[in-house]
Parts: sequence; C-alpha cells; structure tokens
Amino acid sequence: MSVAIETRRMEQRMIRRRNGMVLNRLSQAAFALAGILVFYAVARAAAANLGVFFQQVLNGFQLGFIYALVALGYTMVYGIVRLINFAHGDVFMVGAFTSFFTISLLNLHQWPSTVWPGMNPTLVMAIGTISVILFSMMICALLAVTIERFAYRPLRALPRITALITAIGVSFFLEYFGGLPFAFTNNYRTYPRPFEVFVLNAEMVPLVWLAVLWGVCVAAAIVYSVLKFLGQRGNIRAQAWQRNPLLQFGMLFGGFLGVVLTIVWLAPRFIGTAFELTASNAMLIIMGISIILLVVLQYIVRYTRIGKAMRASAYDKPTSRLMGINVDTVIAMTFALAGSLAGAGGVLYATAFKQVHHLMGIIPGLKSFVAAVIGGIGSIPGAFVGALTIGLVEVLSAGFISTPMRDAVAFSLLIIVLLIRPQGIFGEAPGEKV
Amino acid sequence: MLQRLRGPNLSFILGSLAFFVVVQILISTGLLNPYWQNILFWGAAMTMVSLGLNLIYGFNGQFSLGQFGFYAIGAYASADITYRWVRNDPSALVVVIFGSILALIFMLGISAFLRRFYGVATLTKFLFNLLAAVLGFFLAVRFINPAIGQPLYQALNGLPQGISQQIVFFLALVGGATLAGIVSYLFGIPVLELGSDYLGIATLGFTIIVKVLLDNTDTLLPFPEMKGARGMVGIPKWTTWPWVFVCFMAVVLVMRNLLHSSTGRAILSVREDERAAELVGINTASTKILAFVVGSVFAGLAGGIRAHDMAFLHPTMFGFLPSFNPLIIIVFGGLGSMTGTIITGFFWIFLLEGLLRLYLPEGFETWRFVVYPLVLLGMMLLRPQGLMGRYEIAFLRRPLPSLRVVKETPPTPAVAPKAEEVAV
Repeated sequence: MSVAIETRRMEQRMIRRRNGMVLNRLSQAAFALAGILVFYAVARAAAANLGVFFQQVLNGFQLGFIYALVALGYTMVYGIVRLINFAHGDVFMVGAFTSFFTISLLNLHQWPSTVWPGMNPTLVMAIGTISVILFSMMICALLAVTIERFAYRPLRALPRITALITAIGVSFFLEYFGGLPFAFTNNYRTYPRPFEVFVLNAEMVPLVWLAVLWGVCVAAAIVYSVLKFLGQRGNIRAQAWQRNPLLQFGMLFGGFLGVVLTIVWLAPRFIGTAFELTASNAMLIIMGISIILLVVLQYIVRYTRIGKAMRASAYDKPTSRLMGINVDTVIAMTFALAGSLAGAGGVLYATAFKQVHHLMGIIPGLKSFVAAVIGGIGSIPGAFVGALTIGLVEVLSAGFISTPMRDAVAFSLLIIVLLIRPQGIFGEAPGEKV
Repeated sequence: MLQRLRGPNLSFILGSLAFFVVVQILISTGLLNPYWQNILFWGAAMTMVSLGLNLIYGFNGQFSLGQFGFYAIGAYASADITYRWVRNDPSALVVVIFGSILALIFMLGISAFLRRFYGVATLTKFLFNLLAAVLGFFLAVRFINPAIGQPLYQALNGLPQGISQQIVFFLALVGGATLAGIVSYLFGIPVLELGSDYLGIATLGFTIIVKVLLDNTDTLLPFPEMKGARGMVGIPKWTTWPWVFVCFMAVVLVMRNLLHSSTGRAILSVREDERAAELVGINTASTKILAFVVGSVFAGLAGGIRAHDMAFLHPTMFGFLPSFNPLIIIVFGGLGSMTGTIITGFFWIFLLEGLLRLYLPEGFETWRFVVYPLVLLGMMLLRPQGLMGRYEIAFLRRPLPSLRVVKETPPTPAVAPKAEEVAV
C-alpha cells in the first residue's frame, strides 16, 4: 500500500515540476546576446579604425603561424602519449637561443658568402636563414628526444600524473638552467636577425606577385574542389589526390601570402595615408616557412611509414605493437618532429620580436597549447586553425579591448570553447568507456 | 558497519597544545627569529593551500591547477579589507562580508528555485548563480555600505584597540575565504563537467586570468590601492602564531571530519569510479562542487594568512610558475594522504626558501631552481606514489575494525562466489 501511495506522490511531484528547457533557452539567449554585443563592440571599434584592424590582422597572422608550429608539437605528443608536455615551450626557447648563438658567435647565417665570396646576397640570405633554422630544428629535436628518453619513457607505465609532474620539472629545469650566468643569463637580449628586415609598402608589391599568388591559390582550390567532386562520386584516385600536400601548399601559401600582400597593396588606396601600415618581409618569410613546415609535416604524417606508424600508435598502442610497430621508436620520432617544429617556431618568434629571454617560452607555449585544445587536441588541421584563431583573437583584443588583457582574453576564449565544445573545433567527441 | 571516527583524544590535544606553546615560547623569547618565523607561517599557508588541492585532486580526483587563483583571491580580498580598515575606510569589510552573505542567500534561493525544474543545463545554473552573486554584491555596494559602514566603524572602533583589530582580522580572513569559495562555486559549476585534462587546462586558464586581472587592478579594476603590477604595500602585519595555528588546525580538522563523514565517502567514491558512484545514488556533480569549494575556501584562508604575514602582495607571487607548488607538494607527499601533504608542505618551503637560500654558497642563489626540478625528477623516478602513498597517521585515519566489531557483523552468505570465478 505504502509503495503505491509513495508512487502517486512522486508522480504528483513530477507534475508540479516544470520543464527547465525554457530556462535553458533563456540563458542560452542571454549568452548569445552577450557574445553578439561583444562582437558588435569590437566590430564597431574595428570599423572606426580600419587601419589598426588591418595592421592587427597582419600581426595576428604572423603570431598565429608561429603558434601553429608550437601547437602542432603539443597536439602530436598529446595525441600519442596523452601527456601535456609542459617542457615544449622551453624547447621553443632553446631553439631561439640556439639560433641566437649560431648567429652571434658562429655567423652561420653568412656561411655561403665565406665559402663562395661574391655570391648573390639574396641567395646568401636565403641559404643562411634556412641553415640557421635547420640547425635549431636539429638541436631541438635532439633535446626533445633526450627529454623523452630520460624523463618520460621510464614513467610510461605509471599513472599519467607522474609524467605530468616530470614534464613540469623538466620545464623548470630548462628555464632556470637557461637562466644561469654561463648559459643564456637572465637578461633580455637583442636578437640579431638572420636576414635584413625592411618594411613593405604598396609600391614594392608588383601586381604580378599578387596575380601569381592568388592564381596559385585559386587554381589549387579549383583542382581541390574538382577532385572532391569526383571523390564524392566514388573515384578512388581522386580521393587520394585530393589530400595531396602540394594542393594544400598551394591553397595555404597562395591564400595567406596573397591576403597579406593585398592588404599592403590596398592599404594606401582604401585607408588613406593617415595610418601607416607596417608590414615587413619578416612577416612574409615567417608565414612562408611556417606553411612549408606544416605541409612537410602533413606529408610525413600522411604518406611515410613512420607517419602511418604514428597514426596507428595514436589510435591504439597495444594493437600497433601486435602489428610489429616499435611504439617506443615511434614516440621518440614524434618527440623529434615536435621538437624540431618548436625549434623553428623559436627562431621565427625571436626574429619577429627581436629579443630572447630564458623565460620567453612560457607564455607562447601556453598559448600554443590553448590553440591546440581549441582546435581539438590530437588533430593537426585543428592545431593550425586554433593557432590562427588564438593569434588573431589575442592581437585584436590587444588592439581593441585592452593591451594587458590579451592573455586573459585568450584564456577566456579557451574556457568558453571548452564549455561549448569540450573536444575542440576539429576534435572527435570522446567516447565514454565503461 | 562503519566505524565511528575517533574524537580528538587527550594525547592529540595535549600534543598540539604543547607544540603551540613551545613555538610560542620560541617566538616570544626571540629564539625563532623573524626569518624562520616567516618560513614557518609560509609553510603553514602553503600546506593549507595544498590540503585544499589534495581534497580536490587527491581525494576527489578532479585535476585542478586553479588553486593559486583562489589563494590570490583570498589574499587580495582580506588584504584589501584590513588595508582600508587601518585607513579609516570600512567599505571593503562591509562589502565583502555583507555582499558574501547576500550572495550566499541569493544563491541558495536560486538553487532551491532551480530544483523545481528538471533538465536544467549547467550553463543555466551558472548564469542564474552568477546573477544572484552579482546582485548580492551590488546591493552591498549600493545600499548596505552607505547605510551601515560608518556606524559599524564607530562601533568597532569604540572597542579597545587590540580587540577591534582581532575582530577585523578575523572578519578579513573569513571574508577572503568566503569570496574564494563563492568564486570557486561559480567557476566550478560549468568547469567541473569537463573531463580530467580539460579541467586542468581550464583551471590553469583561471589562474592566468586571475593573475592578469591582478596585474591591472589599478587600471582596469577599480582598486587603486592594490597598485596593479607594482605590488600592494601597506598591509598591516597582523598574522601571529596563534592565528596561524588556529587556522591550520581548523583546516586539518574540518578536512579530516569531512573525509570521514558520509559526504567524505561520496567524495572518495567519485575519485574511484565516477560512474559507479552515480549508479549507487551519489550526486556526483554536487559532490565534486563541494570538494572544489571547500578546497578553495582553504586556499582563500591561507591567502589571508600569507597576506598579513608578508604585508606585501605582488601578482608574480600568484603567477604561472609558483602555481605548481601545491600540485608538486601533494604529489610529493602522496595523492590522497593528508599526512604526506602536511609533511611535504612545510618541508618544501623549508627546503626552497630556508635551506637552499641560506646554505648554498654565494652566487649559487640561482641554482636553487635548477636543483629543485632535479629533486622532483628524482622523486618521480624513484618513488612515484609519493612520500607517504596513501598512509595516514592514526589521528587522521578511521581506526581499523576491532575484533568486537568483526563479531557483530553477520556471517558471510553461504553461496559466496569463488575468487576465481569473480576474477574473470
């Protein structure tokens, strides 16, 4: 009897209770309204000051591409060993310092002219810069593999928190060892750039360049969409070609450099002369090198044996072992790739901002990590998109909201994205295991 | 059959009182010079922060890196209260205390209101609680402060100097801790839904946001006395050994009793298996929020202690690098061991700030931070479960079932499954 009475009471209580959906919709609307208001305020400020807006877009691209290089390392390492590699930002710092020393002590950026005197200076600059970057990448790859071998590998069977604490320990060690007087010292140092930096203005941008860049971009996009169309109809060859890194390279390289040069070209015509837009060749070089490295990485991960092994290990380690993959080697290779990208990022960051410091890796490292999370950790295109988003948001908020708040805005964006879509933009929804 | 938790027995009370008296004598006779006294107080504050983090991460399994954000909130809030008080301005005290009370009342009301609905999303909960808290503090700023600020100041100042100071200090500590608790509740509602690593990242973001805000208290926030990135000076130095001792013991006792209550069992079960805990009828969401809020309240209290001991606050004290200290302390001491946290908490500050700073030769100051990651690495490689594992000293542990209790339990059922069958 009492059970029946209890059940009826429960039913009545349920009837008295109302559906919370109305409240949910209401609060969603409130959040959306707040978002729209913020967006509107920023858009109005941007429209009122178009010059600053375009300037910040250029800066944001530059920063975003550097973040992308670092974020890729985070995302690859997290994808394969599920470890937030806090030491990655410090590998980035070591990359910047390696190039600092190779340039200031060894003059590595001018070696072609000492070997072949009378060489074309542009060629010297190009070869010198590339060799500086390659050297830093090599050192950082070695460093990352060493860290993996001696700090992370012995702990792989233990709970993940031990590896995380170890990562923090390695990070502190690199930071403060770097701060010692005989290492990098704890002062800010001016960074000697490996190439001459000059400001681009509209007269220096021939229309031919614009036409070529946009042509490459549009052609690649057309080929891509044709292949996609064919691929959807079931053409397997088209599906394979569609993912060709060259196509990606064409679209990214043509598109982004085209946008930058177009802004530079259009600036005096649209904005007027009141605002001096500064775009340098460093911006273009940074973006170009980043895009090349991104495409090379895509190629490695997609087409080479080691890349396939990486993807397999990230998907399922025990099964990969059964298939004859040496997972330890694969993880070491992942760290090497991640480290080399961070090294390149460090050189480019130092080139862009012209100073190095032993704690310079912390904030860019964290921002890149945020970028990787926003894009969906474990996803390479996600890291790229997330890094560009973070770069643009950070720089635009510095321009239009408040300069000191740029870090806070970047991390607020992270929290908002995590609340709306915890797996990130490109991430797959985590399946719950019981 | 659950064993009853032992009350504080005579030996414990006598032991802690003896410790208190001995340290007090050492301080008043000048044997413990201000430097070591500072190390001791700092160690106590850091241990309180770490105990809070251990409650969140070690006992409840929620990976949080935001503990220093709440520490900073508690420190700055309580410092602001006393800073303004000694400059004849009771506004901060009134706003924090009455605003917190109002906000808590409103938030309780909102929770009761939302319980009448089903299917309420977390964002909704977050928004309504946020509005309630904002309303509470708004009312305190707009109406309560002008009305009772000066009368309260007159009344408290009418008391003898020592007594009014102690009352204000108490209210400042409580206010800082409550504010940290309210912020952690608001932040915890949406964020604790996230999984392990994502929660860590979000809370790390929180720490950095708090640090950036503290850097700009004078430009972006309306607190010119906090002086932003230049650091807040002129906080009265009111922390004394009795205050430290009382707060520390309060934290330890509250945490111990909480962990051994049925709520504490729920907290532990969420760590072991969240889904299983939900299936046996534990409200995992509110359990996680409870642990998070209590841990943050500890951090806020510790912040008040630390602020009035240093008499100086700077945003870099709450930056990215020091914010890993509590995590390192609890992993060192053993996740889920209060004993380990207490030992390592004091030891860590003693090692970092006392020993290495004093006894390393001149010029090797900078080596401190090279040595300590190496200690960390060695510890992780040699003893990854931490110093104590999950061991507790007898006082902090529920006593093992005695023979008498074993007799009272009913015998095992006749058809118990064999171990081998279960192990499949």
